[in-house]
Amino acid sequence: MLCLGIEGTAHTFGVGIVASNGKILANVSKTYVPAKGGIHPRDAAQFHAANARAVLDQALEKAKIGLGDVDLIAFSVGPGLGPCLRTAATAARAIAAWLRVPIIGVNHCVSHVEIGRLTEKAKDPVTLYVSGGNTQVIAFDAGRYRVFGETLDIPVGNCLDVFAREVGIPHPGGPNVERLAREGKRYIHLPYVVKGMDLSFSGLMTEAVRRHRGGADLRDLCHSLQETAFAALVEVTERAVAHTEKREVMLTGGVAANSRLREMLGLMAKERGARFYVPPMELCGDQGAMIAWTGLLMHKHGIRDTLAQTQVRQRFRTDEVDVVWR
Amino acid sequence: MALIKKGAEANLYLEDFSKVLHAAGRGKVIVKHRISKRYRVSELDRRLRESRTALEAKLFADAKLAGVPAPVVYEVDRIGMRIVMEFIDGRLVKQVLNRLRPKARRKLCELIGRQVARLHLGGIIHGDLTTSNMILTREGKVYFVDFGLGEYNPSLEARGVDLHLLKRALQSIHFRITDEAYRAVLAGYKREFGRGAREVIKRVEEIEKRGRYIPKEERAWH
Repeated sequence: MLCLGIEGTAHTFGVGIVASNGKILANVSKTYVPAKGGIHPRDAAQFHAANARAVLDQALEKAKIGLGDVDLIAFSVGPGLGPCLRTAATAARAIAAWLRVPIIGVNHCVSHVEIGRLTEKAKDPVTLYVSGGNTQVIAFDAGRYRVFGETLDIPVGNCLDVFAREVGIPHPGGPNVERLAREGKRYIHLPYVVKGMDLSFSGLMTEAVRRHRGGADLRDLCHSLQETAFAALVEVTERAVAHTEKREVMLTGGVAANSRLREMLGLMAKERGARFYVPPMELCGDQGAMIAWTGLLMHKHGIRDTLAQTQVRQRFRTDEVDVVWR
Repeated sequence: MALIKKGAEANLYLEDFSKVLHAAGRGKVIVKHRISKRYRVSELDRRLRESRTALEAKLFADAKLAGVPAPVVYEVDRIGMRIVMEFIDGRLVKQVLNRLRPKARRKLCELIGRQVARLHLGGIIHGDLTTSNMILTREGKVYFVDFGLGEYNPSLEARGVDLHLLKRALQSIHFRITDEAYRAVLAGYKREFGRGAREVIKRVEEIEKRGRYIPKEERAWH
């Protein structure tokens, strides 16, 4: 059975084609990069609409199949930016209706965990999912992916990106902050906020920008910003590991590309005697393969959506999904 | 020293009073040692461990003053990052809550709610209200034993987050009885807190809605 998965929660439009044995036949995406400033949902959605056909064709070509070979359509039903979600959903509905194949709406955050479990053979990890749009510590418990900790304000990727933009570091913000941080030597004290299991990064970002205006060395600031934000992430993940007594830790999402974060989380896992996994980078960021694979898992366990049930859910929470496949 | 708990940020040891503090003393004490984390830079590591050790000791004392059972602090060591405190004999609320009969559970949750209200009225935020940080003694007292993430903060927001965390803890460990348990917590909280409790509870609901998925235009920081 072949599933075609469509991802479109934020600035990436992706199409993945996955077989029911877990083989990824194609995984093509295109990412909207604004000329300046942040992502405007409407512009991102227009970008998706304009590129949907090309991405779809490329994916089919890469997988060496025709559209008629597809048995199931999965798409990212939420959470995400409304206009982007609706664009991806429209594409998914159109293809499913045309082919007369089943359609399934997939939770974006859950699919990040599932693709990691597929490729890394992790059985039951505590997952730190960090991106420009999400920051969550997720662990499976009693039929659900429970959120053990999350940001109370902005996601960590957004904290890094906005800081970069405010201080004039060019796009892409995160990787450039990381590069500058390697040259930083002095640690500047910045607000470190962990509230129980939850995190907050907006104060950290504001203070880092303020310090820059006050004349602090940019390399030191990047170093300190990363160290502070990542230490908080690792601390909360560690608390979840201690709490759940799980023996595996996984890192995913766009910020998983940061080698310092990998190093820190890996050290924590080692100190606690847990295995540490990071999926290949092309599967950490947003893409269609994770949607397709999760759609296959859901379909295999009897989940069916009618077209009417495919309305997008901008605030679809990770812990709302009934995980019948585990 | 006998390691009794390896937490995320500290190790707890059960020790003889006479060995740790004074030869004339009897009974047991708990030694809480904040361990160094290799994953974070030493400046941050030291800052977090030292400030948390000092602050936690103060919070224990002030929680008692506010009328909330908490262990007596015998010694604070800011160099060795250790707190030596009273050993509380009892069972973790985490382990008993699911097994109690509904009526007893409601009473226990109400008591917890009352105690949280007392802390809040005393200007204290616990910061990590989970049922594994509460010990139920034989006499039916509930000790709050970990103030490692606590702070002094009289704001509505901090109180709301504190209660929200308790609700989240109930959801993640006691998901079968969450609603009932949380209702009882709120009943106790309201009774003890008096005027203004409603405002705090309303804030909890707001915080929940915020979760993370706030439309960009509604975000305060934008």
